[in-house]
Amino acid sequence: MIVLVDESFLKRKSIQIRKDLLEMIYNAGTGHTGSSLSNTDILTALYYGVMRIDPENSNWQDRDRYVQSKGHAVESYWTVLADKGFFPKDELKTFSQFGSKLIGHPNNKMPGVEMNTGALGHGLSISVGMALGAKKDGKSYRVFTLMGDGEQAEGSIWEAAMAASHYKLDNLIGIIDRNNLQITGSTRDVMNNEPLDEKWKSFGWEVIEVDGNDVVELVEVLNNAPYKTDKPTLILANTVKGKGVSLAENVVGWHHKVPSEEEYKQAMDELTERLEVLK
Amino acid sequence: MNNIALKSRSGNKVANRKVISDTLLDLAKENSDIYVLTSDSRGSASMVQFGNELPEQLIEVGIAEQNLVGISAGLASVGKKPFVASPACFLSMRSIEQIKVDVAYSNSNVKLIGISGGVSYGALGMSHHSVQDLAVTRAIPGLHVMMPADRHETKKMIEALIDYDTPAYVRIGRNPVEDSYLNEDYDFEIGKAVEMNQGNDITIIASGETVRVALDTACALKDSDINCRVLNMHTIKPLDEVAIIKAAKETGKIITLEEHSIYGGLGAAVSEVVSQNHPVPMKIIGIPDEPAITGKTPEVFKHYGINAENISNIAKEMIHHN
Repeated sequence: MIVLVDESFLKRKSIQIRKDLLEMIYNAGTGHTGSSLSNTDILTALYYGVMRIDPENSNWQDRDRYVQSKGHAVESYWTVLADKGFFPKDELKTFSQFGSKLIGHPNNKMPGVEMNTGALGHGLSISVGMALGAKKDGKSYRVFTLMGDGEQAEGSIWEAAMAASHYKLDNLIGIIDRNNLQITGSTRDVMNNEPLDEKWKSFGWEVIEVDGNDVVELVEVLNNAPYKTDKPTLILANTVKGKGVSLAENVVGWHHKVPSEEEYKQAMDELTERLEVLK
Repeated sequence: MNNIALKSRSGNKVANRKVISDTLLDLAKENSDIYVLTSDSRGSASMVQFGNELPEQLIEVGIAEQNLVGISAGLASVGKKPFVASPACFLSMRSIEQIKVDVAYSNSNVKLIGISGGVSYGALGMSHHSVQDLAVTRAIPGLHVMMPADRHETKKMIEALIDYDTPAYVRIGRNPVEDSYLNEDYDFEIGKAVEMNQGNDITIIASGETVRVALDTACALKDSDINCRVLNMHTIKPLDEVAIIKAAKETGKIITLEEHSIYGGLGAAVSEVVSQNHPVPMKIIGIPDEPAITGKTPEVFKHYGINAENISNIAKEMIHHN
């Protein structure tokens, strides 16, 4: 499939989303900064170049589904949903405040969120159910599920992986945000899950490896899924945790660190500069 | 009510799992959104016939209870009505996080049928007994917890749940159960206890298979001129607090009976209401805090005093102590 995308728009959008999520985290004094910067390009690709959705009608029956299994990286998600118009951008100011619906994990009380997630290892099973439902109804929508690489240690993921290929769910696209870090340290050191490509292949999935911080490549690769009839697709998205903010890139401590005033200024200046270049 | 099988009619015994399967099969033939999901449990859930007649509406997930519940939540989110049939011991423990997050918290219209519940796996031991499930599921907001007494109530309950959008956990046993009702000619209401026998001397509150024991006890007490109220608490959550407070006020003494740990189940739920509204003496009869002894259900019940003889004696003691 040939997809016409405005490359410059996508690149600028992914930087703007980064600025918005950083502002939200800074003001709230809490958030998964490194994790959200890691998956920003994946979310930008999905919401601006891939998924069939209608923010005006968030419950449209034929919409593509997105399930964020790595629920903790919610800041990029909230920011993208607000930017797309699922709810007013002003609501981002309530993030993590007392009684807000914009909590630290996806919450389906907010338009655009399909399911509550946050406990790791749940999203793929839910997505299998959605994809199976689509097949039963003869509907053409696709289901996209974002997982973490640290999350691959959850056994339930592999239960779901087995079921997806058993039921030939080629309308299911799993994405692993492979930034090689988790809260304690390097994913290889904490619990080595490599080789991930071979594992997923052996579970009957078609595996495609991409630069998970290249929003243009992501749009193309995601739009071309499925790659094999009757097989679910696994996008192994190689990412950098903290991507776009030099001081946070590849630093374990930024998993859920909040920037200081100085760090915040430095990060925003860096992103603004990059945005200027792209104009 | 005049359709209560007050006296034991030991001839009529049907397993509730068979009733659920038959009821769902009838309903699913008319409604293609109804799905049954099993975890290699279609035999124990009596769902073989369902699978044979409606193969497209039975989804097998293999021995993977977490995935079972997650998939059901996904199906519910795209408009299906999934009924999950899996042994209560695994469903309520292995997949409790999926029940909490994917089903209850996400408000997914999933009906969880815990089969072979309580001690009905008998000799298989504690790994297969489920006498903590009410305690765990009852503490989860947004989830109903229910337990039918016999075949008639099971049918009424499943029919009531078909067009009822709140997620629910329904626990049933494995073995054929004696009737507590004569027929299905009555109104079943979710969350409303059924007064199976009138009386003002003492109240027995029971659910599931212990309702039959409560009725047998009421019959035995009648011989001693004691009028025992029997409340069938088929819905443990939301609990019929009105019926409980009324019983406390009018009868002054309450015994609870359950095929569950004495911690956190029906007895605990009733005492939470009684102690805060109208404190009266109570006895909580159930499985003590130990790995339950193994054996057939009647043997296990007798061992722990869940039988008419023992409960009649307890009731008499409570009355005479007054």
